[in-house]
Amino acid sequence: MEQLFLFLENNLILIYLLIFTVILGFEVISKVPTVLHTPLMSGANAISGVVIIGAILLIRNASPTDYFSLSLGALGVILGMINVVGGFAVTNRMLKMFSKKKK
Amino acid sequence: MLITAINLIYLLGATSFVIGLKKMSSPDTARKGNALATFGMVVAIVATLFIPITDAPNNYLWIFGAMIVGGIIGYISAVKIEMTAMPQMVSVFNGLGGACAAVLASTELVQYAKGVTILNNGQLLILLITLLIGAIAFTGSMLAYAKLQGLLKDSQVTFPKHNIVNLILLGALLAMSVYVYLNMADPTLWYIVLIMVLSLVYGFSFVAPIGGADMPVVISLLNAFTGLSAAAAGLIYDNKIMLVGGILVGSAGIILTVLMCNAMNRSLLNVLIGGFGENNHKSSDNGDNQLAKEITYTDLAIQLYYSQSVLIVPGYGLAVAQAQKVVKRLDNLLSANGVDVKYAIHPVAGRMPGHMNVLLAEADIPYPKLLDMEDANEALPNTDMVLVIGANDVVNPAAYDDPASPVYGMPVINVWEAKNVVVLKRSMSPGYAGIQNQLFFHHKTKMLFGDAKATLEQLNDEVKTLDS
Repeated sequence: MEQLFLFLENNLILIYLLIFTVILGFEVISKVPTVLHTPLMSGANAISGVVIIGAILLIRNASPTDYFSLSLGALGVILGMINVVGGFAVTNRMLKMFSKKKK
Repeated sequence: MLITAINLIYLLGATSFVIGLKKMSSPDTARKGNALATFGMVVAIVATLFIPITDAPNNYLWIFGAMIVGGIIGYISAVKIEMTAMPQMVSVFNGLGGACAAVLASTELVQYAKGVTILNNGQLLILLITLLIGAIAFTGSMLAYAKLQGLLKDSQVTFPKHNIVNLILLGALLAMSVYVYLNMADPTLWYIVLIMVLSLVYGFSFVAPIGGADMPVVISLLNAFTGLSAAAAGLIYDNKIMLVGGILVGSAGIILTVLMCNAMNRSLLNVLIGGFGENNHKSSDNGDNQLAKEITYTDLAIQLYYSQSVLIVPGYGLAVAQAQKVVKRLDNLLSANGVDVKYAIHPVAGRMPGHMNVLLAEADIPYPKLLDMEDANEALPNTDMVLVIGANDVVNPAAYDDPASPVYGMPVINVWEAKNVVVLKRSMSPGYAGIQNQLFFHHKTKMLFGDAKATLEQLNDEVKTLDS
């Protein structure tokens, strides 16, 4: 129990961040018109590609002879990059059609 | 100094994500929102490339090579994909994000099991969570893709008592993870590999019993999973922007999932257990001895041409037949004769909420012509003609009067309140949810059978002869 309190005490700012971000996510989405659900899901999906940063850090920290980490890290970067680039490009393509018909 | 600058750039990136998502939730600013989120991602990635790490070998060649390969693949698939296949594409992209998280976690875990690195309790726990969620998101999304693409049928991937199989799998997975966690002083590589394999199998098995009509809900949920796995990985690398971005997508994905379930009047649990279409045989025995009335092209063309108002209810059948542009031509012909043509969009028309709007926008159908369900239902009693094109479950009156039907209670478009209804449909076969529709036998309803595109083209020709 004491350990738990210590953990909470030490990571208080992190816990604030977590809770506020969760609320922020709920708030941002809950007012969305149905029309935009698909582009929004696609956009949010592209943002989840932020995991690519982890893969970059993994490669940067790996020893140049550690081919196991390097190749898996590179695989991670490729997968993450497809998620990011593809996600944003596809979202933009969908949204472009909305703006075209507005004028 | 540099560290501070990089952290400020991360802050800028995270803020761009939040404001970008916010802007994406209004049609006027959506494109700017996407651009802003993209900007946030670019600065975050660039900052990560240059964040100072003591004695880091960097291996930039590996990073840039992989970035170029991934970037090209991602861009080409995004540009080439048909708009009708959009939900599948999003599912694939999402799965790859999950795979990225799973690859990261496995790499770290294997290094730890080999004794190359040392982890503390918290890190081990978080890595196991990242691996689990990421792998589930990966195989789950891939199966969702295969189902939406029509590569696999529900019955091909389910066992009898599938939900019990799933529970056993999940139980085994959690037990393995707890075991590895408790024996962390003495890590075994094989257990970690086993956890990885089991997670992959579970992701597949988790999505397997979920019916095709519920796929968007699952994709949205898996999207939230990918977000959460990115956030968990952010804890490992002590990286705030991964954490904020991941959690943001996690919570946004979950609320979006709930909104989609609400639109279909079902609970998330109901969707996940996958009860759709299993017990509908007892629903009021339908259609077999009833006759649907057919209409000829000429009659329909005349009726449409001399109507005051026409409401078109598009469904996925229209999208599959790639008939959006033909509909637009029919719309032009009728509008030129003073007919008021509008479209009624059910929240779950198509394969994802908003999917139909995207498809119609692609055909240059103006935004003000699209009515949402509430507005459409208000306008219906004063509408002369309703043209249902390739839609079925979203116009099923059983939602009101047949408690035994799986769609009972789902909000639908009350097309039978209009003066006349014509249903364009490939055949009398039931819709995606696998249930019969009494609308087809309604006294106001006439049917026109055939492929949506071919039928509409012939209809256009008939209308043109009236025009001349």
